[in-house]
Amino acid sequence: MTAAPLLDARLVVEHGDFRLDLRLTIDKGEVVALLGPNGAGKTTALRALAGLRPLTAGYVTLDGRDLDRPDRRVWTPTEHRPIGVVFQDYLLFPHLSALDNVAFGPRRHGVRREAARARAATWLDRVGLADHAARKPRHLSGGQAQRVALARALAVDPALLLLDEPLAALDARTRLDTRAELHRHLAEHPGATLLVTHDPLDALVLADRLVIVEHGRVVQEGDAATITAQPRTDYVARLVGLNLYRGTADGHTVRVADGFALTSADRLDGDAFVAFPPAAVALHPRRPDGSPRNVWAATISGIQRHGDNLRVQLDGPIRVAADVTPAAAAHLRLIPGQPVWAAVKAAETRAYPAGP
Amino acid sequence: MGTRGTTVRRRGGSVPLPLVVPAALGLLFLVLPLAGLLVRAPWTTLPQRLTEPGVLTALRLSLQTATLATLLCLILGVPLAWLLARVPFPGRRVVRALVTVPLVLPPVVGGVALLLVFGRRGIVGGWLDSAFGITLPFTTTGVVLAEAFVAMPFLVIAVEGALRGADTRYEEAAATLGAGRWTTFTHVTLPLVAPGIAAGAVLCWARALGEFGATITFAGNFPGRTQTMPLAVYLALETDLQAAIVLSLILLAVSVTILASLRDKWIASP
Repeated sequence: MTAAPLLDARLVVEHGDFRLDLRLTIDKGEVVALLGPNGAGKTTALRALAGLRPLTAGYVTLDGRDLDRPDRRVWTPTEHRPIGVVFQDYLLFPHLSALDNVAFGPRRHGVRREAARARAATWLDRVGLADHAARKPRHLSGGQAQRVALARALAVDPALLLLDEPLAALDARTRLDTRAELHRHLAEHPGATLLVTHDPLDALVLADRLVIVEHGRVVQEGDAATITAQPRTDYVARLVGLNLYRGTADGHTVRVADGFALTSADRLDGDAFVAFPPAAVALHPRRPDGSPRNVWAATISGIQRHGDNLRVQLDGPIRVAADVTPAAAAHLRLIPGQPVWAAVKAAETRAYPAGP
Repeated sequence: MGTRGTTVRRRGGSVPLPLVVPAALGLLFLVLPLAGLLVRAPWTTLPQRLTEPGVLTALRLSLQTATLATLLCLILGVPLAWLLARVPFPGRRVVRALVTVPLVLPPVVGGVALLLVFGRRGIVGGWLDSAFGITLPFTTTGVVLAEAFVAMPFLVIAVEGALRGADTRYEEAAATLGAGRWTTFTHVTLPLVAPGIAAGAVLCWARALGEFGATITFAGNFPGRTQTMPLAVYLALETDLQAAIVLSLILLAVSVTILASLRDKWIASP
């Protein structure tokens, strides 16, 4: 039997029509990302773990201790939970200097003023802000405020560190640097870490494991490689940039729509997903001859710029996104409503079971 | 915002007369009596009148009692405002309505009510008298109580508004760092709403300084003990108009000076 996870929780929160029901375990030293669209219940889950909102049912067990367990009437208020939170807009106390913000937690945990300030100074040094200790939050840049918030949350040595969209408030350039630095600090954190985000890049870079939630439920869970290769919902497929279809497999063919099947190099039977990248879709003005096993007539429904290429949305038996190079686009009349032929090589599609 | 600002500026020439005329009249109505005070003031005998012992005594008493009443309001009113703003309890709306009653109550009625409760034969006053030998009516303490009774709603309303406007997520952040509700209140909430508390305290102080009806009813009009400036003005009006004008001028000058300096120091800088 393996060691019990540091955090073991089943979070059930009901709020009007919304119901969150989430099973979550995190090991010591593990970083888990809770990834999902807005309104999926990510922040509710974080607030339930922090004790900022009570569970309707389920339990939160951290390091073998029940923190919230409605059926046993166990409830630990936020201030007594060994949890650190980095809030989305940091919530640094505006009337305190960076140093006193970081020292606030140790002070509340009974550390004497001088010792708390010394510890805070050490933490500010670790996040590279030793020379900003005396500054008030309004005189810190976004990236600096984020680092102070991280130092403040870590200064109480939390068993569980919670981060709510830690990079969402930063501009693109700052985000790049801060993400790299955050990765280093999260790797050093000995406790469990839960990162709530809607940005797949943050999740892929920062987390060891991804838990994807939609409508209050886990729809997929696993490491980055599995999730990027085998998405199981449209939301995940969009995040990782794949075309995804669900259908019934019979050997190498998967029926994904009425009278329409895709051929894959993988072989399986029953309920199945088929996925392929937009770059695998070739467009032709006339029906192509030769090798591709999947060829169908489609209609262009939209065109956008996508990096160096053009992303073409196609209607037809299935809705598909196709990436076309500008050179290839020159040979096609790319206007909405234009009929084209789409082709995907069987070797470029992946088929995998959809069952539980 | 920006486009709106330019729109207003472009239309600046055509401010409608039905608004301008009453606005100007209103301003005149507010300023003219004050100007009248300045015009009728006995400027030649002013220095000599200012140093009259009765004037200084009343002024000192006024400032002392108004300040003490404000302190009392802060000690009792800030927690009350916090309760109203942060703790959902049954009957909260009723309590909020009750708090504002002294605002609409004629101060004289307030004074009578105070007398009935804190008077020597009152419910609380009788007990205080027999148990501790403490008498409240017709004392300086009585002045402070009367002023606090009338002025506290101003403080509670201002502070409750500030608390409601403050971002409660800072309090959640404090809780995640291990702060209980009391520590959060003293270390996070209070500093965050300090400008609102200062504004409320200034309003409260100004109301206490000008208090007349409840004070004269509950504390009487004894020079040196309960005779504050408004009472001295009223008394002087019956005997010596010049003295009444001088006292009014002093009251006006002191309150304007203090309000102006506090505004710069506390309220303007968030």
